[in-house]
Amino acid sequence: MNGLLIACIMTPMLTAIGSFVLTSSAKARGAISIAGSLLLLLLATVLLYQVAIGGPVSNQMGGWQAPMGITLIADTLSAMLVMVTAIVSLSVNVYAMGDISKARIVGGFFTFLNMLIAGVIGAFLTGDLFNMYVWFEVMLISSFALLVLGGNKVQLDGAVKYVAINLISTVLLLTAIGLLYGLTGTLNMADLSGRVPQVESQALVSVVGVLFLVAFGIKAAVFPLYFWLPASYHTLPISVTAVFAALMTKVGIYALMRTFTLIFPGEHAMIDATLLCLGLVTMVLGVFGAMTHGDVRRILAFHVIGSIGFMLIGLGLGSALAMGSAIFYMMHGILIMALLFMLAGIVGKLSGSFELKRLGGLYQQRPGFSMLFLLAALSLIGIPPLSGFWAKLLIIEAGLHHDAAVVIGLVVLVSLLTFIPLIRIWSEAFWKPCPLSAKTPEEKTSDNRANGLKTGELKLIPPTMYAWVPVLGLSLIMLLIGFLPSKIIALSDTAAQSLMKPVAYLETVLPEKINKEQK
Amino acid sequence: MEILLSLLVGVLMSVSVWLMLSRNLVKFLFGLVLISNVANLIIFKVGGLTRGAPALITDGGSEVYANSLPQALVLTAIVIGFGLVSFTLVLALKAYQAIGTVDVDEMTVAEQRDDPEKSE
Repeated sequence: MNGLLIACIMTPMLTAIGSFVLTSSAKARGAISIAGSLLLLLLATVLLYQVAIGGPVSNQMGGWQAPMGITLIADTLSAMLVMVTAIVSLSVNVYAMGDISKARIVGGFFTFLNMLIAGVIGAFLTGDLFNMYVWFEVMLISSFALLVLGGNKVQLDGAVKYVAINLISTVLLLTAIGLLYGLTGTLNMADLSGRVPQVESQALVSVVGVLFLVAFGIKAAVFPLYFWLPASYHTLPISVTAVFAALMTKVGIYALMRTFTLIFPGEHAMIDATLLCLGLVTMVLGVFGAMTHGDVRRILAFHVIGSIGFMLIGLGLGSALAMGSAIFYMMHGILIMALLFMLAGIVGKLSGSFELKRLGGLYQQRPGFSMLFLLAALSLIGIPPLSGFWAKLLIIEAGLHHDAAVVIGLVVLVSLLTFIPLIRIWSEAFWKPCPLSAKTPEEKTSDNRANGLKTGELKLIPPTMYAWVPVLGLSLIMLLIGFLPSKIIALSDTAAQSLMKPVAYLETVLPEKINKEQK
Repeated sequence: MEILLSLLVGVLMSVSVWLMLSRNLVKFLFGLVLISNVANLIIFKVGGLTRGAPALITDGGSEVYANSLPQALVLTAIVIGFGLVSFTLVLALKAYQAIGTVDVDEMTVAEQRDDPEKSE
C-alpha cells in the first residue's frame, strides 16, 4: 500500500473542489490553487525520489489484487512526467492570477484548471487501460470547460472544432479498448503485455494497435490529425493555451509510448515504421506551418506540433537510446512550451496585440524581457548550451546509432528552419520600431476595434509579479537543464530502459504471476 | 444473436459515420450520439453474451453467470458519454447563437484569412 500515488491525484482534485466551494473571492481562489499546486510539487518530488531510488511504486485500488482491481503505478517515466506536470501546474496557477479576468475566475477557472491537472496526473499514473480512458475524459471535460469559459465568438468557434475531433478520438479509444478486452479478457496493462502475444489472430491485434494509434494520435496532434490544434489554441486566454500546449498533447505521446512498448511491443515493426514516418512528416509540417502565420500564438501553436514530431521519431526508432531521447525531449518540450506561451502572453500585455504587424519596439521598451524571450526561443531552436540543444543532440545520436541518415538530415534541417519563424517574431516584435507610435489617434482607434477593444487609446494592463515570477522560474529551470543535463539524461535513460524491458514494472503490478513463471 | 448484434453494430456505425461527414453541426452531433452508443454496444458484445444469467453470483452460487466487467465498463462509458454529449449540445447551441450558422464551412471566425485588401 502506498498512499503517495493517490495523494498525487487527490491533491489537485481537492484543490479544484476547495477553490470553488470554500470561497467566491478571486484572490482567495487563486491562493488556494497556488497552495494546492505547491503541495502537489512537494508530493511529486517525493515520488520521483522514491522511484529513482527504489524502482516502480504501485498501489492496488480497493485492495483488489491486479489484474482484478485497478492498479496505480509510477515507474521512472510516470514519476518524471508527474514532476514536470506539477511544475507547469504551479507556474500556470500563479500566472493565471495576473492573466485571467475576474469573471472567468468567478466562473470556476481554477476549478477546471486543477481538475485538468488531476486528469493529466491520473493518466500518467494509471496501470489500467479503461482507467486511462476515464482520466482522459476527466482531462477532456475540464479542457472543454476551460475552452468555453467566458466565451466570445472566436473562442466558441475554436471550441466547436476542438470538441468535435476530441470526441471522435474518445470514441475510437473506447472502441479499441473494447476490442482489446474481447481479444484478451483483461484491461490491466501489465497483464495485457503477457496476454497480447498469446492471442491467436495477431492481425486483429495489429488492427486494435492502429485504432489506438489513431485515437492517441488525435490527442497528440500527429500528422494528419493535428488540424484542430492551430484552429483552437490561439482563441484562448494565454494561461489556458500554455497549459494545453505544455501538457495535453504530451499525454497523448505518453499514452503512445506506454501502449506501444508495453502492450504492442517490437514485433509489430509496421507500427514502428509508421510512427517514424508520421513523426518526420509532423515535424516538417509543424515548422512550415509556423512560417506561414503572422500571429505569435499561432506560430507557437505550430511549434507544439513540430515538437510532437521529434518525440514520435524517438518512439518510432524503437531502441532504448531513441526512447531516452524522446523522453528527454518531452521534459524539455513541456517546459519550453509553457514558458514560450507565457512570454507571448507578456508580449500581448505589453503591446495589446499578438499580430506581428502590429507589434514592435519591445527591445527598446524592455531589453531584459527581450533577452528572456530570445533565450527561450534559442532553446527551442536548439542552440548550445540550452536544453533544446541536448534534446536534439540525443535524437541525432539515436539516429546515428540506427544509421538513419534521413532522420538525422531532417532533424538538422528542421532545427535550422525553426530559426525562421522564431527570428521573425524577434525581428518584428522586438527590433522593428513600434508601428503604433507613428499612427494618428483615428488609426489607433481602428486598431483597437480590430483587437476587440471599443474605442480610444489602447488600454494596456502591464504585467505584474504574477506574470514575471513563473516566467523567471521556468527560465531558471530551463537554464539549469541546459547547463546540468546529465542528471535528467540519466533519468530519461533509466525510464527508457524500463520501458523497453518492463520487468520491474510487471513485477510490481503482478508479483505472484511473475514468481510462478520463474518457478 | 451474436451475429445479429454484430450486424447492428455495423449498420449503426456506418449510419453514424455518414451523419458525421455532414457539414451541418446538428447532423454531426446526431452522428456523435450514435457512434458513442455503438462503442458501448461493441464492448457489450465482445465481452460475450450470456442469456438469462445474473451478473452477480448469489449465495450458494449458480453455474451460469454473465461477465459483469463489460457491463460495468459500459455503464461508466454511458455516464461519461451522456455528460460529453449534453455539453456538446449546449456548446452547439451557444455557437449557433454567437456565430449564427450551423454550417461548419462558414464557421471561420477563429481562422480568418489574412486578406490584405480587407484588413487594411
